[in-house]
Amino acid sequence: MGDTSVSRLFIIYGAVICSLGAPIRCNAQQPPSVYAITHAKIVTLTGRPIEDGTLIIKDGKIAAVGAGVDVPAGAQIIDGKGLQVYPGLFDPVTQMGVSEIGAVSATVDSSETGAYNPDVIAATAVLPSSQHIPVTRAAGITEVLAVPGSGGFDFSGNRSVIGGQASAFHLAGWTMEDMQIKRSVAMVLNWPQIQTRTFDFATFTRKEKPYADAKQEYEKQVNELTDLMDRARHYAQAIGHGGPSDFERDVKLEALAPVVRGQLPMLVFANHARDIRNAVEFCEKQKLKMILAGGAEAYKVKDLLRSRGIPVVLGPVLSNPDEEDDPYDRMLSQPAELSQAGVKFAIGSFDNSFARRLGQNAANAISHGLSYDEGLKAVTLYPAQIFGLADQFGTLETGKTANVIVTNGDPLELTTDVKYLFIKGQLTSTDNKQKRLYEKYLNRPKP
Amino acid sequence: MNIRCAIVYATLFATLLASTLSRATPPPLDANPVILIQNATILTVSHGTMENGSILIKDGKIAEVGPSIKAPAGARVIDAAGQFVMPGIIDCHSHIAIEGGVNEGSVSVSSIANIAEVLDSEDVDIYRDLAGGVTTANILHGSANAIGGQTIVIKLRWGQPASKLPFEGAVPGIKFALGENPKRSNFSIPGQPKRYPATRMGVEETIRGAFTEARDYKNSWEAYRKRVSAGEKNVLPPRRDLRLEPLVEVLDGKRYVHAHCYREDEILMLLRVAKEFGFKVRTLQHVLEGYKVADEIAAAGVGASTFSDWWAYKVEAYDAIPYNTALLTKRGVVVSVNSDDAAEATHLNQEAAKAMKFGGLTHDEALKLVTINPAMQLGIEKRVGSIDVGKDADLVIYNHDPLSAYAVAQKTIVDGRVLFDRDKDIADRAALEKEKQDLLAKEKKAEAKKPDEKKPDTSKKPENKPEVKPDDKPKPPSNAVKRDSGEDTTASRTGGAQ
Repeated sequence: MGDTSVSRLFIIYGAVICSLGAPIRCNAQQPPSVYAITHAKIVTLTGRPIEDGTLIIKDGKIAAVGAGVDVPAGAQIIDGKGLQVYPGLFDPVTQMGVSEIGAVSATVDSSETGAYNPDVIAATAVLPSSQHIPVTRAAGITEVLAVPGSGGFDFSGNRSVIGGQASAFHLAGWTMEDMQIKRSVAMVLNWPQIQTRTFDFATFTRKEKPYADAKQEYEKQVNELTDLMDRARHYAQAIGHGGPSDFERDVKLEALAPVVRGQLPMLVFANHARDIRNAVEFCEKQKLKMILAGGAEAYKVKDLLRSRGIPVVLGPVLSNPDEEDDPYDRMLSQPAELSQAGVKFAIGSFDNSFARRLGQNAANAISHGLSYDEGLKAVTLYPAQIFGLADQFGTLETGKTANVIVTNGDPLELTTDVKYLFIKGQLTSTDNKQKRLYEKYLNRPKP
Repeated sequence: MNIRCAIVYATLFATLLASTLSRATPPPLDANPVILIQNATILTVSHGTMENGSILIKDGKIAEVGPSIKAPAGARVIDAAGQFVMPGIIDCHSHIAIEGGVNEGSVSVSSIANIAEVLDSEDVDIYRDLAGGVTTANILHGSANAIGGQTIVIKLRWGQPASKLPFEGAVPGIKFALGENPKRSNFSIPGQPKRYPATRMGVEETIRGAFTEARDYKNSWEAYRKRVSAGEKNVLPPRRDLRLEPLVEVLDGKRYVHAHCYREDEILMLLRVAKEFGFKVRTLQHVLEGYKVADEIAAAGVGASTFSDWWAYKVEAYDAIPYNTALLTKRGVVVSVNSDDAAEATHLNQEAAKAMKFGGLTHDEALKLVTINPAMQLGIEKRVGSIDVGKDADLVIYNHDPLSAYAVAQKTIVDGRVLFDRDKDIADRAALEKEKQDLLAKEKKAEAKKPDEKKPDTSKKPENKPEVKPDDKPKPPSNAVKRDSGEDTTASRTGGAQ
């Protein structure tokens, strides 16, 4: 998919995207391209909130933001009195669009079979009409990453080591061309674990194996991985030198070329401290740009992560710790601990159905010691920065893509409603399947 | 992990657990502390909110609730200025405190199994859920069977033995399950034939079949008793059937039916079957499509215990809506929000709050979803579920309005005893960590020493020493492994039994 066709489609579909949006003020032929949100409290995340501010959206971008900003002629005005404006939330790990109903394999395209699939790309299998997308954006989430193979297993329970490439996209649009932010933002690596206890899907039983065997298997996997990366490095060098006829094409190695060149980060899923240390060592040796994902025990290796400048995408903080003797609030207090240690992190839902709990997760990190500012940034600016998209997302600044939410309160609080939602500068509906079912059955006559 | 290592681990774990226990060990049972909570915002649930109120706790009960209560001599005073007190949270669907598996999946009617026999009072999830404000939980089997096992209501009396966990006088229950799980849609065991039932039709017939048997069984016992009381001699009693006895209790209204269900059709199916056999369904569990048949559920007088916002994990959850709670409430159904999961239980207050956003329940109505409503569903509303004089002193103190994502439980009180205290928990951590490290060091030392322990023979008999050949040297520990955490990582988190 070349860039030209993408931008051409942007123009074509941009014209009609608003019919996805609220019927109000939206005209299928000529959507207003200029909006002014006035008299709102604007939380830009670049400094102090503007108490009585105006935000101008023009041609999909934030055109101006501030206290004394003039409203351009012809702008659609949204009275923001009593309302608050924030950048849309950014969920950095989901299976949005690539998994519809978890239990039904026919609707799940998130994990390819086989252990090494660097060439598969999430964007290919994102279903734009997935019911998850409107449900999730109603929670104020405007862009996400779909991450393939991130569970470490395919649907049959087979091990996945390199899961494929994660894609970033807007939560609105008719086609992927419409929605796509960046087709490939990271390569997924499930760091191999020394597993003595496994679940055998073939017999549906738990299996135990001796530690020595598990370790041997682990080492075999790491060797395989090392070998693959070495081959990719040689392959990348070959592409750089001779002509195409000088070497045999290999799609998997080709997909890894940007990774070994350090252009595409490796999103490494690991939870235990030992695994994280081993993964860091591996990425360092291989000269890969590493982003840690999961990181349940990141706090144990915080100094290592800080000193190497490795950012973390934490899983949901609303979860219990793995170890029985861990403090009960270990997962809740970890973000504050990482923040204090100077480790850069974002929070992800690692899910589809629970993506709408993203704000709730951030709030719970805040109630356990993280500053409000850092908590909000962990679901807006930091994911954008970690995946190299901060020039477009994460704050309300002139020139950035207008993914903006207008709320009646703190976007992380449980009872807050998103009143207006803009994606690529278009007023986009928060209507969804669940709201429609509610209204339908609310009006069901008495039997 | 080899066996030796496993044993070391088990011992270590037991020791660590013992130390965890010490963190929350309540005062001895004979000591009934008098506690006065002062200056709190009291969310009574039964009669509104009281600002700057006090609660006096005596003999494990709420002795007094009022604007200002004088502290009796010797009372422990808890200053809750700026804090909120609410009744302890009641989780109507929990799988904590269960030793071993939660499903007896071999048969479609497993009413012979009883959760009361496998209560595990040392499950750390009891403590974690307490720390999330839960004081009472309905402990259920999984959903592998159309008619599942016998269930029990417990109080989270952390630190006490399993025999002390059951909620005295609470009516025991039985788990039913409809839909995808009992018909085993989402998994099959290779090499094994499909178990009956495999359809929703078969689920109905499994239940009808069992209750037909139970009705006959009940009649045969009644006939027997009649003949005996009429003075007939030498009457042989019917053969006892432990599988049918719980179902007879259901027919007699002595055992509550908690039925796992999702789809509108299966909900109505169960209500029809219950009517046919003359028993009542106490609660519909999950009941994610309950909103589609809210009037029918209300008319049947059946409670609904649901999730706040779970959906799409399987087909029967695809039409789930977070408005379910509010819509059912508005149609007159007693609704509770449950966890089905130990971690979810730690924030049920937050899950209840979502019904204000989705469907516009009031603050009071939302609070009821995790307090008096589940109490009513479990038939324990005279004891717990609201802050009223005479009720059990089961309370949670939060630092904020508990219906906020920023609320953190500070203290949880069960039967008038503070079983969770956040400040104390945090203060004790350094000592616990030290204890753990000391134990690990001790273990390491013991392992390092082990080879030497074989030596005494030789050291006692120095004359043998020269005979020791190099190959006889004790081998170094084969498992010189790092054990910072998890070589025994499980493949997946427990997905509950939803």
